[in-house]
Amino acid sequence: MSRAALTHPVDGRFGAFGGQYVPETLMSALHELEDMWHEAKADPQFQLELAGHRRAFIGRPTPLYAATRLSEHFGGTRIHFKREDLCHTGAHKLNNAVGQALLALRMGKKRIIAETGAGQHGVAAATVCARFGLDCTVYMGTEDMRRQSMNVRRMKLLGAQVVEVTSGSKTLKDATTEAIRDWVTNVRTTHYIIGSAVGPHPYPEMVRDLQRVIGDEAREQYLSLDGKLPDVVVACVGGGSNAIGIFTAFIDDRDVALVGVEAAGKGIKTGEHAASLVGGRPGVLHGSYSYVLQNGDGQILPTHSISAGLDYPGVGPEHAFLRDIERVEYVAVTDKDALAAFKLCTRLEGIMPALEPAHAIHHAGVIARELGPGGSILVCLSGRGDKDMDSVDGG
Amino acid sequence: MVAKAGTRLESALRARGDLKLVAYMMAGHPTAKRSIDVGKRLAGSGIAALEIGIPHSDPLADGPVIQRAGQVALEHGMTVSGALDVAKAVGAEGVPVVLMTYINPVLSYDPRKFSAEAAQAGVAGVIVPDLPIEEAEPVTGWLRSAALDTIFMVAPTTPPDRITAVCSHSSGFVYCVTVTGITGARKELPEGMPALLKEVKKRTSLPVAAGFGISRQEHMKALRGHADAAVVGSAIVDEIERGGDGVALVRELLKACR
Repeated sequence: MSRAALTHPVDGRFGAFGGQYVPETLMSALHELEDMWHEAKADPQFQLELAGHRRAFIGRPTPLYAATRLSEHFGGTRIHFKREDLCHTGAHKLNNAVGQALLALRMGKKRIIAETGAGQHGVAAATVCARFGLDCTVYMGTEDMRRQSMNVRRMKLLGAQVVEVTSGSKTLKDATTEAIRDWVTNVRTTHYIIGSAVGPHPYPEMVRDLQRVIGDEAREQYLSLDGKLPDVVVACVGGGSNAIGIFTAFIDDRDVALVGVEAAGKGIKTGEHAASLVGGRPGVLHGSYSYVLQNGDGQILPTHSISAGLDYPGVGPEHAFLRDIERVEYVAVTDKDALAAFKLCTRLEGIMPALEPAHAIHHAGVIARELGPGGSILVCLSGRGDKDMDSVDGG
Repeated sequence: MVAKAGTRLESALRARGDLKLVAYMMAGHPTAKRSIDVGKRLAGSGIAALEIGIPHSDPLADGPVIQRAGQVALEHGMTVSGALDVAKAVGAEGVPVVLMTYINPVLSYDPRKFSAEAAQAGVAGVIVPDLPIEEAEPVTGWLRSAALDTIFMVAPTTPPDRITAVCSHSSGFVYCVTVTGITGARKELPEGMPALLKEVKKRTSLPVAAGFGISRQEHMKALRGHADAAVVGSAIVDEIERGGDGVALVRELLKACR
């Protein structure tokens, strides 16, 4: 299958997945957004402006880094990191936020809303709002505000209003639901910057397009470094934006295995996890049809992960499609293993990864032991771990 | 659309110089038994139809009152199948029942089975607020084949040509969302409300019901002559939450409907 056939949604769908399951009030805004996005994407002026902000504001291209001591530790397979932790504000989230802020300006919308789990997307949204003079409201669950308090302080300093969400499990799912309710009410003046490749069409496609710079850069960097491509590309998957961002460039490279790593929490069998693709079934959450953690009656289940950014019962619809056509393999890693990988990477490489990509690092170790010397793995290091100090100390 | 004999909902909701009133309650709120009790009392209060909500964990179109009611209902064990039982028991009183639910519980239950069982329970129609017309099939196909009305929504943000499309997908009645926002009582209805209702009426021969934010006698007076029916939800659910049944509120509002 060609890249175009794989990655261009037909009528807002990736195979059976995607769609626009939202209240009628939002439909015209989604249509406007889709038109504006396609227009902006094709506009050289917009692309030029975006490229400028990527260079000078985000700090792109981010480096490709040889994790030699980890490689040695895991038995000799060469492991490289794509250093999204070196993006301004500390994670890949800014790639998407900058693009969507430019789009909001183009649409003449002066108010931005966003949801956040780990706080990285909230910080990215607050940052672009400060940069472009936009009004910013971020929805965040009480539980996440507790475990990511530093990011709450950052958002407030950046001038954002952080709204505490006390409903349901008080995490990312509920923050997203609240943000959508805000959008339904203020849709005429407000642009909703969704932080992941989830939500109704055109969001999954738009966020993918804005994040694919990760993989486009990494593929080129890898080729010029090695003259060939890695055997495996590994990325963590919550909603799946960093993963779709790095995978997209490699979709057509059939010899490159792609592996998405979800959060197994306390173990898939315990039910306390956030692995929608590994442990869920198809359903609708937050406007799109994808894999969802739900009970037998279609009610969304509470999730658990030590990592707030992966603690979400849904996943982007393109991942659901890539899973079903078996182009990407999806696995799950427990809290305990992610925590150990966090500590290992910090001690061996002097790089403190966020708990989210620590899941990917653990699994890279598993694959490395299978491949042995001569193998090569590229890991998307989606963010840095300063925000996780409290969770790590506690664990 | 080919003209056909009106459905049960069509004749129940069409205004004849008055304004019909549709009440909303949540199945299983606060418990299954209590909600059947409340539903039966509402059925005899003079309303034209009763909307019964099936609770969902993530109700995107609902305000805090209905969200809370859904949460309580779920905590007390309400299910899709349980809600169909509530609908059946309440519908036996003779009032047309419209189920209001989100798409995921229906998909999870299986739309075909849901449609057949809803029809068996005597339900007249179904509203799914997160199912816009683009996503309507195959779910509405199953609903229609079970002879259930499929009610779609027009919002203040719906452009004129889209209003036509929404109307042509609807049967029973067209639901006109009067406020740009989620459910929940408002003090005042928006100024543009009569103009929106006029746009909808122009495009359909079905009765048009106005909903979201409606809770007061003055709202009824403002809607009379513009809409066929008014849907009152959060204000009634609020009464039920406080231990009441909403019947006194319905009777008070009905005074302003005639």
